[in-house]
Amino acid sequence: MADEKDPSKPSEPAPGAEAAAGAPPTRPPDTAAAHPAGTAAGSTPPMPTPPMTPATAPGGVQAATAPRSNAASGVTDPAPPRAAGVATAEPKVPPAAAKPAPAPAAPAPAAPVAAKTAEADGVSRRGFLKWTTVGWVAFSAACTSGLVASTRFLFPNVLFEPPQSFKVGFPSEYTVGEVDTRWKDAYGVWIVRNSDGFYALIAVCTHLGCSPNWLAAENKFKCPCHGSGFYKTGVNFEGPAPRPLERARIVLSDDGQILVDKSVKFQAEKGEWTKEESFLKV
Amino acid sequence: MATAKPPEPFLTRTWDYITDTQLWKSIFRHGVPSTNRNRVLVVMTNVFLHLHPVKIRKSGIRLKFTWCMGGLTFFLFLVETFTGLLLMFYYRPTVAYAYMDIIDLAEQVPLGIMRELHRWGAHAMVISVWLHMFRVFMTGSYKPPREFNWNVGVILLVLTLLLSFTGYLLPWDQLAIWAITVGSNMARATPLLGYEGPGSQLLVLGDVKMVHAGSDARFALLGGRFVGEGALLRFYVLHCVGIPLVAGILMAVHFWRVRKDGGISGPL
Repeated sequence: MADEKDPSKPSEPAPGAEAAAGAPPTRPPDTAAAHPAGTAAGSTPPMPTPPMTPATAPGGVQAATAPRSNAASGVTDPAPPRAAGVATAEPKVPPAAAKPAPAPAAPAPAAPVAAKTAEADGVSRRGFLKWTTVGWVAFSAACTSGLVASTRFLFPNVLFEPPQSFKVGFPSEYTVGEVDTRWKDAYGVWIVRNSDGFYALIAVCTHLGCSPNWLAAENKFKCPCHGSGFYKTGVNFEGPAPRPLERARIVLSDDGQILVDKSVKFQAEKGEWTKEESFLKV
Repeated sequence: MATAKPPEPFLTRTWDYITDTQLWKSIFRHGVPSTNRNRVLVVMTNVFLHLHPVKIRKSGIRLKFTWCMGGLTFFLFLVETFTGLLLMFYYRPTVAYAYMDIIDLAEQVPLGIMRELHRWGAHAMVISVWLHMFRVFMTGSYKPPREFNWNVGVILLVLTLLLSFTGYLLPWDQLAIWAITVGSNMARATPLLGYEGPGSQLLVLGDVKMVHAGSDARFALLGGRFVGEGALLRFYVLHCVGIPLVAGILMAVHFWRVRKDGGISGPL
């Protein structure tokens, strides 16, 4: 322990030391400030100080640090001074506790480096706090941007789905009074031709979002999931569906074909079926 | 004529030899746990055992009291992990293959019961986890200092249901597709983040809606506007990696807290 400490003391530059310390940096200064008097003036100065707080005994007392007290400090990590107390008060620390010692002891060298340089190389409290703040801000910024990037990653730029807006042929192709089911599989709409013109019903049940079927024999749309029924107009009349089917924007495109745009929806219960483009007059 | 001490039997000598090797002693470090001290050492130095208490009251594990539902749930989780791992060797989570791979798992793959084990194990796990919660509630084991662990348990319950939900889609039959369609439609009503949810209208930039069918919570879940290729792959990844990972970590916390908060059950 002592061998490692001494050479590292003069050579380690301050910022590097703080970076190497990782999480502990806030702790060693605390203990360094609060405890040196306490421990030094305490009853047993030559008592083996646990490696977590070598700063408390700058005189190289840790040379005596036995694996046993290593273990003790490893076990009661958050309260190093008490750990030392435990080590002396109860010499019968089970050997089992001593065995895992190398692992908890491993991060220890980092802590002394930070604390020692803070004292020896004249790193001021102000400077230390400044770099700690910079470090935490940078760390938080990195975490936040990582989170934002990961979230954005879940939203693809290109969807391999049918387009929301599409052409469904010329008005002359449709028969008055019929529900055209040709586009249901590809685009999820029915085109209905009545005596006045066209409307496009979106083939999504307003109950829970299944796809209803057009039952020509019964002259209704019927949802297989929970039995909702809709008239040819899209108005619900049976089953659990709470509102009529939605209609999509339907207009004539420049080439004379019917253009349907599912990204614009018209809901009957909001009075939107009277709006322009919810219905294509001919 | 002094009687020579009879040699030890062969098996005893072999046993002594084995238990004297460095290999043996490096694994079994504390001998037979016949004393209290050794019991503590054996439990404390084993990563799996140390999650459990060194000692418990005999009444604490009375079946009448615990129903063993927590243990059963964990056992079923292990069954699901193992059978699920085996299924992963055959199942391909794409629209082209998924359904046929499930059929093949039943009809072509040896031990076609494997998928059924996974399926029924999943049902059983959902049931046992509810019963576990019921037991904990009825015995008052949610009270301080166990309230933290109750909350961990509630999260684990939700994760179990999410495992069930994500697994539901993978057979890619009509039942699966429409069940997930219906289920995921709930996400449309997420406050702020669902395009039909309360407050989502507030998130606009000028005329442009920030939250619409192509950018809301449901979209992120499904990777598309409807249950398709993206949804199948996402649910697969969540089902096989994401949720089990989180659940595994929380289970470790859960068991550890059982130990730390006064044991498996019973008054403190």
